[in-house]
Amino acid sequence: MNSFSYARASESPDLAVALLNENQGRYLAGGTNLIDLMREEIETPAALVDISRLPLAQIEEREGGLRIGATVKNSHCAAHPLVRDRYPLLSSAILHGASAQLRNMATTGGNLMQRTRCYYFYDTASRCNKRTPGSGCDAAQGFHRIHAILGTSPHCIATHPSDMCVALTALDATVQVTGPDGERSIAFGDFHRLPGNTPHVETELRAGELITAVDLPASSANLPSIYRKVRDRASYAFALVSVGAALRVEDGRIADVRIALGGVAHKPWRASIAEQMLHGAEPTEANFRQAAEAELTPATPGHDNAFKVELAQRMIASVLQELAEVKA
Amino acid sequence: MPLHTFQLQINGDTRTLSNLDPRVSLLDAIRDHCGLTGAKKGCNQGACGACTVLVDGERINSCLTLALQYEGRDIRTIEGLAEADGSLHPLQKAFVEHDGFQCGFCTPGQICSAVGMLAEYKAGAPSAVTDGEVGELAGAELQERMSGNLCRCGAYVGIREAILEAAAQ
Ligand SMILES: Cc1cc2nc3c(=O)[nH]c(=O)nc-3n(C[C@H](O)[C@H](O)[C@H](O)COP(=O)(O)OP(=O)(O)OC[C@H]3O[C@@H](n4cnc5c(N)ncnc54)[C@H](O)[C@@H]3O)c2cc1C
Ligand code: SF4
Ligand code: FES
Ligand code: FES
Repeated sequence: MNSFSYARASESPDLAVALLNENQGRYLAGGTNLIDLMREEIETPAALVDISRLPLAQIEEREGGLRIGATVKNSHCAAHPLVRDRYPLLSSAILHGASAQLRNMATTGGNLMQRTRCYYFYDTASRCNKRTPGSGCDAAQGFHRIHAILGTSPHCIATHPSDMCVALTALDATVQVTGPDGERSIAFGDFHRLPGNTPHVETELRAGELITAVDLPASSANLPSIYRKVRDRASYAFALVSVGAALRVEDGRIADVRIALGGVAHKPWRASIAEQMLHGAEPTEANFRQAAEAELTPATPGHDNAFKVELAQRMIASVLQELAEVKA
Repeated sequence: MPLHTFQLQINGDTRTLSNLDPRVSLLDAIRDHCGLTGAKKGCNQGACGACTVLVDGERINSCLTLALQYEGRDIRTIEGLAEADGSLHPLQKAFVEHDGFQCGFCTPGQICSAVGMLAEYKAGAPSAVTDGEVGELAGAELQERMSGNLCRCGAYVGIREAILEAAAQ
């Protein structure tokens, strides 16, 4: 690990922003991703600003929805009565990630900003455009069983590893940030980026900006939902493919449907093609399968991860079918 | 880079760490600077749970965080679970009784994790296998809640029995 200076900002987000911009460093929350990456010398910040004690650890009701502070622990969010009651998809997605110990450390902001688990990104002897822009991508011709099948680019086929973010995408969340140029909001779907020519630029967050909260709107509360994750072991493993879905049927027609996928793209993937086809349609198995197939038609798998295409299709169709049966 | 002098509260004792490099993890501070070698370094990357300690009653992996972040917080390690008179914590007793270990390397982490897990379970915290109401602590529910602790010796049968016995008390 490189040597760095450490400062703690406990009083206010503004203080954290000021400290960071003075020192050209990185924010440190739970540490579960950043400390690991620093130990591997993939990240080498000269300064850390510890934000884990900022007064942003609350979950509050707001405009009929919820505001989840940036330093709320993932475990506290998942167990919070209002989250469990109104946004069970979020609670379930969080609980499907990592381990209980890690969820007791990981924060809302850190979960959004966690980096890919691509092995070549972690291995400093490999070429990686994300770690060293322009150096190449050893995953393309390498072993890429865990890699992306949607929205890939020739420059990077990494996935975003978060479970929580899959639910936040489906629930139309908004990210609240503050920074040297003031406060702003970013729609969750726009927050993470596809790799394109710049896989090292992963989010819309600008240098020095701090996430202060994630908002959940009233419109996505109380929807029947399921989070399903397929992985190499039953617990404590990243997703090969995960699906977060919610479905509301009225008078035999689909009135609201949200589908998001994890483990398939550089960002949590909102299945907009499938959603559009299903909106207003009858909730039948055939319609679910057809929509799932359409969503995966643009997929560009490699030699090791073609299984994800069929897996994602089956998972979308079966989760929606289960939700339709619960309603019936 | 500036060094830091600060205090950690471990098992009720105040430990002063003098001129510490900010890079020192909480695990290394506990083991190498405070001489409490119960918590183990298995993977040093959050993947095994051998380094599990309790902070304000919640279980965490001490390897993936900086010691400086835990200044003033209430830290408990395996050394701090027994009573002052030396009588073992119910989970420690149950692990001995049910052979909840072979080599013992993962055991301090398993026991600290189980202490945290039972507190979460009793407070009604859900798990990924909980369907609606929190279910009985057995089978998949217990396995899921303890999945953050690996045992290379595969002493899982004894570990499960020990935890279930302590939970029933
Ligand atoms: C063994 C292991 C298994 C895991 N399994 C899973 C899994 O199955 N599913 C899953 O979803 N996740 C998993 N994780 C990842 C875990 O969820 C993340 O490491 C965690 O969410 C990161 O949060 P943190 O608070 O610890 O972030 P940190 O490590 O403190 O920070 C991560 C990044 O976020 C930035 N950051 C943090 N807070 C803010 C903020 N408020 N504003 C701006 N930037 C910020 C930091 O600068 C840093 O770049 C796993 C991790 C490990 C180690
Ligand atoms: S897939 Fe992306 S992260 Fe992985 S080696 Fe290629 S450029 Fe790097
Ligand atoms: S040593 Fe901390 S989790 Fe393995
Ligand atoms: S007893 Fe040996 S690792 Fe668990």
